[in-house]
Amino acid sequence: MDIFIQQIINGLTTGSVYALVALGYTMVYGIIQLINFAHGEVVMIGAMVAFSVITALAGTASPLPPAVILLAGVAAAIPACMAIGYLLERIAYRPLRHAPRLAPLITAIGMSIILQHLALLVWSRNPLAFPQIIDNPVFSIGGAAITGVQIAIILLSVALMAMLTWFVYRTRFGIAIRATAENVHVASLMGVDANRVIAATFIIAAALAAVAGVMVGTYYGITHYTMGFMLGLKAFSAAVLGGIGNLAGAMLGGILLGLVEALGAGYIGELTDMCKWPLMNQVFAERCAADGHLVLMGSNYQDVFAFLVLIAVLVFRPSGLLGERVAERA
Amino acid sequence: MSAAGPILEVRDLHVAYGGIVAVKGVSFEVANGETVCLIGANGAGKTTTLKALTRLLPARGTLHYDGQSLLQRPPHELIGAGMTLVPEGRGVFARLTVAENLNMGAYCRRDKVGITVDRERIFGLLPRLKERAKQVAGTLSGGEQQMLAIGRALMSRPRLLLLDEPSMGLAPMMVQKVFEVIRSVAAQGVTILLVEQNARLALSVAARGYVMESGRITLTDAAPALLANPKVREAYLGE
Repeated sequence: MDIFIQQIINGLTTGSVYALVALGYTMVYGIIQLINFAHGEVVMIGAMVAFSVITALAGTASPLPPAVILLAGVAAAIPACMAIGYLLERIAYRPLRHAPRLAPLITAIGMSIILQHLALLVWSRNPLAFPQIIDNPVFSIGGAAITGVQIAIILLSVALMAMLTWFVYRTRFGIAIRATAENVHVASLMGVDANRVIAATFIIAAALAAVAGVMVGTYYGITHYTMGFMLGLKAFSAAVLGGIGNLAGAMLGGILLGLVEALGAGYIGELTDMCKWPLMNQVFAERCAADGHLVLMGSNYQDVFAFLVLIAVLVFRPSGLLGERVAERA
Repeated sequence: MSAAGPILEVRDLHVAYGGIVAVKGVSFEVANGETVCLIGANGAGKTTTLKALTRLLPARGTLHYDGQSLLQRPPHELIGAGMTLVPEGRGVFARLTVAENLNMGAYCRRDKVGITVDRERIFGLLPRLKERAKQVAGTLSGGEQQMLAIGRALMSRPRLLLLDEPSMGLAPMMVQKVFEVIRSVAAQGVTILLVEQNARLALSVAARGYVMESGRITLTDAAPALLANPKVREAYLGE
């Protein structure tokens, strides 16, 4: 039982991060039907910028309190990522707005590679230890442990998602974004400047990605120039799981994917332990008698779950959990 | 301001649509306060003409609105200048509520009080919309959606209202209601350019009409004269 609770906590934490990143995929897709494969790299850049700022400020004799340094890292990462999000749209995607769909998609993959290699040049090819400067108290609930960082990640994600929802559903510009997502021509007839709305969408997505990047760095304690690839792919899976183009879907998909992954990683060892299966424990009787366990797959198979979920969704519910009419728009 | 000249003046308009020239040198004008219709069969180039006017399609020729050329202006600047299109097929935002759709019509306006007044006025004109203000527009019937599209356009306080096939796909009862609304909008002094396949209806609200055939205007006259014209009667009134 404590494994279960523990994995729920871990799953909610990573799921919150996936949700923030998935929102970026889904918003951009919703408005221009582009899968922005470079979005994962924006997360990576966010983590890297924060890494640099925090490392620079957190010298041995630093007079600043750790929380201020961390905030400074976030405060630097957000505008840096927003600028990159804007430039991606302006330089790479806008000229291809009316090109066949494959062109911007391939461009997105190209931008992803370019950003990775820029990061490689700036921050080296080595994994970088993300400075762990703030106290990370551990609380226990129901026999499981939850850290201060985990609580902060979950609460901040929920707050950001609430803010985004309020913005998109309650403000004039947010309604214009939804109108543009639905029909860009009619929205422009209503006086909405589509270019502004599209650029704003990229900028908002990038801001969320920046925060997610700092969360990942703080949570795992490590950043690397390729970190955005797998994270981006999983967040994209989460967006598809929820129904791409749908905000609530991205949030739900992210959380669910985090939970599936954590629970999968927590239980896969036990489930693939041949000594616990009736027939198999006779086949492998010798090994089981010797060490009691014969585990086929360990928690290093964790990444498999995200993609199993993606495949299952694509097979059984291509429009995602909350999605509608994806086939029509794709 | 060019009070004397027409509010809309189109000279020798050419529009090509993916290699096919759909509009071949069309000229017409709409005077301030007037209701004018553009009638013609499906594929005559009526909608293409409106799309060129609203800058959704590139075009050649002279397009003057209020004495100024439209050709260099992006579509999103037109509504602020008082020119609003109710697009073909209604184009309501199906996932937005009725109230949000109406607010989108007032997107360019900053006068909060005026917006509220206009919304109430439109709710008075179209009471169904008030009942359904919080409903998502996709759940409305076709006729209600057409009313919403017109109401949304009125929220911009247009000086020139362009209507593209407002009767399309509607039940006869609903068509009558939509045209009653168009009449009352015209009576309030809004200039209207109405594009319709249903020539009889269009000529019943318009003062003048242009007949369009294969991308050209072939006939123009006052509405009663067009209704009496044997060619029009044969080709468009089914007689």
